[in-house]
Amino acid sequence: MVTEHIVSKFDQDLSQLDNLIAEMGGLAEHQFADCIKGLVRRDTELAEQVIANDKRIDAIEVAVDQHTISMLALRQPMADDLRVVITALRIASIIERIGDYSKNVAKRTVAITQSPPVGPSRTIARMGTVVQGMINTVLDAYLQRNADLAEDVRLRDEEVDALHTSLFRELLTYMMEDPRSISACTHLLFVAKNIERIGDHATNIAENVYFLVHGKMPDESRPKDDQSSYTVIDGDEQETK
Amino acid sequence: MTEAIPNTPSAATLPLDSVSEAPRNVKYHTRDVNVFYGDKQALFDVSLDIHEHEVTALIGPSGCGKSTYLRSLNRMNDTIDICRVSGAIELDGVDVYSDEIDVVHLRARVGMVFQKPNPFPKTIFENVAYGPRIHGIATSKSELDFIVEESLSKAGLWKEVKDRLDEPGTGLSGGQQQRLCIARAIAVQPEVILMDEPCSALDPIATARIEELIDELRSNFSIVIVTHSMQQAARVSQRTAFFHLGDLVEVGETGKIFTTPDDQKTQDYITGRFG
Repeated sequence: MVTEHIVSKFDQDLSQLDNLIAEMGGLAEHQFADCIKGLVRRDTELAEQVIANDKRIDAIEVAVDQHTISMLALRQPMADDLRVVITALRIASIIERIGDYSKNVAKRTVAITQSPPVGPSRTIARMGTVVQGMINTVLDAYLQRNADLAEDVRLRDEEVDALHTSLFRELLTYMMEDPRSISACTHLLFVAKNIERIGDHATNIAENVYFLVHGKMPDESRPKDDQSSYTVIDGDEQETK
Repeated sequence: MTEAIPNTPSAATLPLDSVSEAPRNVKYHTRDVNVFYGDKQALFDVSLDIHEHEVTALIGPSGCGKSTYLRSLNRMNDTIDICRVSGAIELDGVDVYSDEIDVVHLRARVGMVFQKPNPFPKTIFENVAYGPRIHGIATSKSELDFIVEESLSKAGLWKEVKDRLDEPGTGLSGGQQQRLCIARAIAVQPEVILMDEPCSALDPIATARIEELIDELRSNFSIVIVTHSMQQAARVSQRTAFFHLGDLVEVGETGKIFTTPDDQKTQDYITGRFG
């Protein structure tokens, strides 16, 4: 904030909002790291822990909701203050979604560990690292009100999309090679999709940070590289491999 | 096969209020207005256009010059001996400070409503009938009756006072008195109404009535309102001008001024960080 408000309680309310988002975001980042770790190490205990911890993120979202509603009613924020309140409301709901996806990955981990290990855990780990970095950076961008940093996150989503597409092809190949892997691979397809969605959500937060700083949504469309929706592997391709 | 999606305006480009539906005519054209009280300069090179059928709100901290600017529009500053005005203030292209302008006629065209309701110590009927009678707008009793009823109706007061028109105007409640003053201002069929904090002495219900009235009046008049309540400016106006220390800092569409103002000073003022 540039200058302080005449009513100092207003400043306290605004910083309380930042604290809640920081806590919620930190928790979501941690949950995501744990769900990937649980998947890669086939650690069901860690996965169960992720599933249980999601409640804490939901509880903070409720707190953010209440706090923003009372600020709108009692302080009538204007201009940049209004944007702080509105973006906090939006970002909290996005973080809650990120938490849900992490929980979903953890649930699938429990299922996947019941089958023998299948190949592409390295690509998943790689995707996880990139997405975790995006979450981390976008939260910094929010707390620093740094639109350039947010833009940087937006651009990184392209790599996640590319990894998702390649993972999709890889998993299809595994399933064609060995039908016994279909159960685990199907779960992994959903896991990959969940991680890709988390990347999209980090990008949405980045857009909200841009809006917070500049008062408008970023206009130029960002590069996308998710071709998994069009991906087909036919038998010929399989043989030439 | 793909069908072309018809071109629809995106939500971001839609106006917040009905301001930009058509280009508005400029009613008041003011350029480089400077106002001095003796040696003290109260306004510095203010250039602002007041549009027809729009409510223009003037906001800013105390002593910023917004009331001075408002009062220079219908030469209310003439009553102050040490007051000097320079620059161009044109109403429909005619300089209001030129020698040919009849000040009394000007003030009939440009009505004013003040902070405190100030009805004449006369009956409700006389309060409204006085202006049309002395300006020769109404000649017969029936014409006068018509104007009084019409003005009181437009001011949203007719139903409340129609059975007590011969009672003193000062006997009404504060909110009713203010609406009586608005009826008195519109009875002489002005083109512009200047309002200097018209709601600051009223309770929230009376304020809401006046605000509703302002919005209705804008289809017939151009309105300039000085207000200390930023929420009020946001609610009633289509354009907002922010004054600070005698300068016009920023003027623009009200939705923009209160969401994404261009100037840091405007931002600090409307968000309550001034000081």
